[in-house]
Amino acid sequence: MSKLLFEKGLNLSEPEIVRHYTNLSRNNFGVDSHFYPLGSCTMKYSPKVNESVSVLDGFAKAHPMQEQKASQGCLQLMFELEQQLCEITGFSGFTLQPAAGAHGELAGMMIIKKHFEEKGEGNKRKKVIIPDSSHGTNPASLQLCGFEAIEIKSNSEGDISLDKLKKEMSEEVAGIMVTNPNTLGLFEKDITEVCKIVHEKGGLVYIDGANMNAMLGVCRPAELGADVMHLNLHKTFSTPHGGGGPGSGPVGVTKELEQFLPNPRVVKNGEDYCLDTSSEKSIGRVKAFYGNFGVLVKAFAYIKALGSDGLKNAGESAVLNANYLKEKLKKHYKLPYDRVCQHEFVLSDEGMPNGVTTGDLAKRLLDYGIHAPTIYFPLIVHGAIMIEPTETESKETLDWFVETMIKIKKEAEENPELVKEAPHSLSVKKLDAVKAAREPDLRWIPNK
Amino acid sequence: MTEESKVLDDRKYTKEHEWVKIENGIGTIGISDYAQHALTDVVYAELPKEGEKVEAMGKLAVLESVKSVSDVYAPASGEVVEVNKALEETPGLINKSPFEEGWIAKIKVIDEAELDNLMGAEEYKKFLSEQEH
Amino acid sequence: MNFIPTNESKRKEMLKETGIESIKELFKDVPEKAYIDGCLNLPKGLSERELVSEISKLAVENAHAGTSPCFLGAGAYNHFCPAVVPALIGRSEFYTAYTPYQAEASQGMLQAIYEFQTWACLLTGMDLANASMYDASTALAESMFMSKNLTGKNKAIVSKHVHPHYRQVLETYAWAHGMELIGTEEPEKEVDEKTACVIVQNPNFLGQIEKLKELGTVAHSKGALLVVCVGDSTSLGAIENPGQEGADIAVGDCQAFGIPLWFGGPHAGFMTTKKEHMRHIPGRLVGRTVDEEGKTGFILTLQAREQHIRRERAESNICTNAALTALWATVWLASLGEDGLKKLAEENMEAAKKASKELDLEFEENFYNEFVVKVNNKEDVKQKLADAGVIAPLDLEEFYPELKNHLLVCVTEMNSDKEIEMLKKVLK
Repeated sequence: MSKLLFEKGLNLSEPEIVRHYTNLSRNNFGVDSHFYPLGSCTMKYSPKVNESVSVLDGFAKAHPMQEQKASQGCLQLMFELEQQLCEITGFSGFTLQPAAGAHGELAGMMIIKKHFEEKGEGNKRKKVIIPDSSHGTNPASLQLCGFEAIEIKSNSEGDISLDKLKKEMSEEVAGIMVTNPNTLGLFEKDITEVCKIVHEKGGLVYIDGANMNAMLGVCRPAELGADVMHLNLHKTFSTPHGGGGPGSGPVGVTKELEQFLPNPRVVKNGEDYCLDTSSEKSIGRVKAFYGNFGVLVKAFAYIKALGSDGLKNAGESAVLNANYLKEKLKKHYKLPYDRVCQHEFVLSDEGMPNGVTTGDLAKRLLDYGIHAPTIYFPLIVHGAIMIEPTETESKETLDWFVETMIKIKKEAEENPELVKEAPHSLSVKKLDAVKAAREPDLRWIPNK
Repeated sequence: MTEESKVLDDRKYTKEHEWVKIENGIGTIGISDYAQHALTDVVYAELPKEGEKVEAMGKLAVLESVKSVSDVYAPASGEVVEVNKALEETPGLINKSPFEEGWIAKIKVIDEAELDNLMGAEEYKKFLSEQEH
Repeated sequence: MNFIPTNESKRKEMLKETGIESIKELFKDVPEKAYIDGCLNLPKGLSERELVSEISKLAVENAHAGTSPCFLGAGAYNHFCPAVVPALIGRSEFYTAYTPYQAEASQGMLQAIYEFQTWACLLTGMDLANASMYDASTALAESMFMSKNLTGKNKAIVSKHVHPHYRQVLETYAWAHGMELIGTEEPEKEVDEKTACVIVQNPNFLGQIEKLKELGTVAHSKGALLVVCVGDSTSLGAIENPGQEGADIAVGDCQAFGIPLWFGGPHAGFMTTKKEHMRHIPGRLVGRTVDEEGKTGFILTLQAREQHIRRERAESNICTNAALTALWATVWLASLGEDGLKKLAEENMEAAKKASKELDLEFEENFYNEFVVKVNNKEDVKQKLADAGVIAPLDLEEFYPELKNHLLVCVTEMNSDKEIEMLKKVLK
C-alpha cells in the first residue's frame, strides 16, 4: 500500500512523484502483464504502434477549433475510419462522436426516438424490448430517452424466444435492443427472424456492439437486419481500456437513419474534407468537438495494420480460443448452455464443492496472476463466470488457464478456506466493501 | 438457505417479505429475517418522509446493499407517521435486528381490513419453505 | 502486422482437440446468407513501417501547436506538460487495465482515482467528486439531469456565455429526456419556481470572470440549483472557486491540466457536488476502506446508484469514466503542485493582460486568459495570421452573430513575448 501523495504534501519533487506513481502502477493488473479473460470486455493486446502514432504532434497538438483547411489530415482520418467501419459492419453511415459504449447507446436511442418523432409516432412508441441477457446499460440508456423497457426471457437454448417477442412486439414498441452475440456468448440463431418480427410492426433493431469481436470479418450486423449499432473501439479495435476509459463508441446506422446522426459529420467535398452541420433532422451534438480523436487514431491504425485478412483472422481466432477453453473447462465446471460459443462463454458455480462461490474463485485466480473473468453476469446463470480469452492469447496461456482452473477446483475440494479467503498474494487482502458503502470516504481532507 | 429464517408470530407478512404489526391503528413495518439474509448487508436505507401517503403494495422505502437495490412495499395504505431515523446512521440494524431495532416506518393504517389478505406466521413459514425450491 | 500468436498448425491442433472440423463450423449459427465467405473489402494489412509512414502523412497535414504559435482557446487550452506526466501515464499497468472491478488487483488505479477526486475537491472547493466524466460538455448534461432528480423540477436555464458546443449538447440531452431548456443572457431574470438549475460558465466562453454569488442567491431562493462549469480549469489557481461562489454542482474539463489538445479528445470531465447530494452524483466513485487485516485500500463504492444494478431506474447510464486522462490530470497537478498551479495561473493572467493592451476590447478588463477583440477588417486579419502560420483566435461570428467583427483571443504561458508582439501588430 502506498501512502497518499497528499500526506507528503501538495508541493513535491519529481523523484517523489515518479516513485509514487510507479509503485501504484505495480499494484495493478493490465493486459500487458496478466491474462485478462474478462467477459464482454474484449481485453485484447493493444499494439504499441497505436500509442506512438496517436501522439504524433500533428494529432496530439492539433486544436479542435482551428481552421478546417488546416486540419485536413485529422478530418481525412475520421472520414476514412467511418468508411472502414461501414465496410466492416455493413452500415451506411457512422458518427464518431460518442465517447464510450454507453454514450453510443444513448446516441443510438436518441436516433431511434428522433426517427419516430419525425414519423409522427413519437407519442405512440414508448416501449423498447430488451432480452434478459442484455447489458445493464441498455435499460438505463433507453429510460433516459423516455422509453420504457419490456424485458423478455431467453429460451432454454439461450436465444431470444420468438414466441415471446411476437407477443410483446406491437405498434406501441419502438424496437428492440439486442446484444449479438448475446451475453451468454451465443450467436442469436434466429437473429434474422427477430429483426423481421420487429420490422414488420414498424420497429427498429438496435444491436449492442460490445461483442463485435466475434463478427469481425465473419458477418456484417447490418446484413443481419440491424438498423442502429454502436461499436466499442476500446474492445473490438484494440485501443486500450485505460483503466476504465477513455474509450470511443461510434454509432452506425442504415441509409434511412443517416439524417438523424449527430452534427457535425465529416464529409468530403471534392478534394476537401469538412465538418458538415447541414442536417436539420440531426439529433444534435452529443459531445463537445468531434469525439475522442486520439482514440480514433488508434483504431484506424489497428484496422490498417490488420487489413481484410487480419481482421478475419482476429474474429476467427477469438472464437476458436473461446471454444477451446469451453471444451476443456466443461469437464470440470458446469456449462449451462452447451453449444458452439462465439468470442466468450459462461460457466456456472453450481456444483462447486464446500460452498465455494464464483466470487471466491475470482479472487483465487488473482493469486495465480490471472485477472478474474466477468462474474455474476448475466443474471440468468447462477454464479455466472463469463470468460473471454480474445485472439491475442497463445495456446500455452489458454492451457495454463485451464490447469489453474482445475487446480482451484481441487483446492475448493481439499482446502476450501484457502479459496474463500483469497486473495493472499496481493498488496491488500479482501477489502471491506460494506464499510466503504456505509461510511463513504471519497476524498482526502487536509488537516487545518 | 442453510439456516432457518426466524419468523415471529405476533405480526403479518407480505409475499415481498415485509412484516407489519398493528397497535392502535398504527402499523409498524419492516422486512423479515429471510429478506435481510437475501439482501445481505444493508448499506443505505432511503426512508419515506413523515406525512407521506402510501398505498398498499406501493413503494415505501429503498434498501441498498453493496451489489443490489430493493424496494420495500407498504403492506397497507396509510400515512407515514414516523420513520426509523436510527437507520440513517446505522442501516445495519436491519440485518442485526430485522424485527425490532431494524423497523423501517410506522404508518397510520386507513383500512385494517386490507391486512386480511396478508399471511400469518404459519402461512409465511410455509411460503418460505416453498420459496426455497 | 501480427498480433495473433496462434499459427496455422496450432490452429489445426486446437480444432482437433476441440472436436471441431473446421473454422466454418464455429459459425454455424450465423445465417448462411450473412456469412462472409471471402474477405472484407479493405486493403491487406500493412507492415509497421508502412503503417507509420501512411499515418504520418496524415499527421503532417495538420497545423499544430507544437510548431505554430497558438492563440486559440475556446474550450481547449495549450498548456505546458512536463515530460514526467506522459512517462508515468505510459506505464501499461495503467493503460492496459480495465475498470477496477477487482479491487485487490487494481489498487494502483483506484488510489490514483481517489487522488483525482481529492484534487477535484481541493480545486473547486466542493465536498466530493466522482471518478471523472467523458468531458465537460457531458458532465454538464449529467448535472442537468442530476438537478432534475434532486429538485423534481423539469426546467433548466443556461447562460448564453456557456461554451456553444456545451449548450448544443445540453439541448440534445434535454430534448431526449423531455426537459425544458432556456438559453438566455440574463439567467437571473428567468429563474422561477419551476427551475431545476441555472447553468453558467466561469470564466465564461468570452473569457470574462463572472460574479456568481448573487445569481446563486436568486436561484436558491426559488429552489433551483446553481451549476457552475469552470472555463479553462487552470483558472482555479487564480480566481474564486465554485464552492466559494455558492455552486451546488461544479464541473469542468481536465484538458487544461496538460492533456493533449488531440483535436478535441480524449479529455476528461470532472464533476463535484455537495455532501448532501452524494447519492445522486452519477458515475463511478472510489472510496477508501480497509482489508481484512485492517490495512487501507481503495474500492469502487456506492455502486447501487449505477446502471448495472439499478438498470432502468438508474439516474444515468454512465458506466465508464475517463480513468487514464483523469490520471493524466492527477499526475500533472501533482507535478506542478499547489504553488505551481497558482504561479501558472498568474502567468496566464499576466500574459493575457499584456497582450490585450492597446487593443479594442469588447468588454471591460476582467478576464483570465481569453478576451474578445474587435477588429476592423476581420478577413484581412485572419489571412495575415494564416500567412504567419498562426493558429488564429476564434472568429466569434458563427456562435454570436452580433459579434461579427470579433475574435476570441487566448494567451497562455506557451506564448512568447515575440509571438504576442506579432499578434498585436496584426490585431491593432
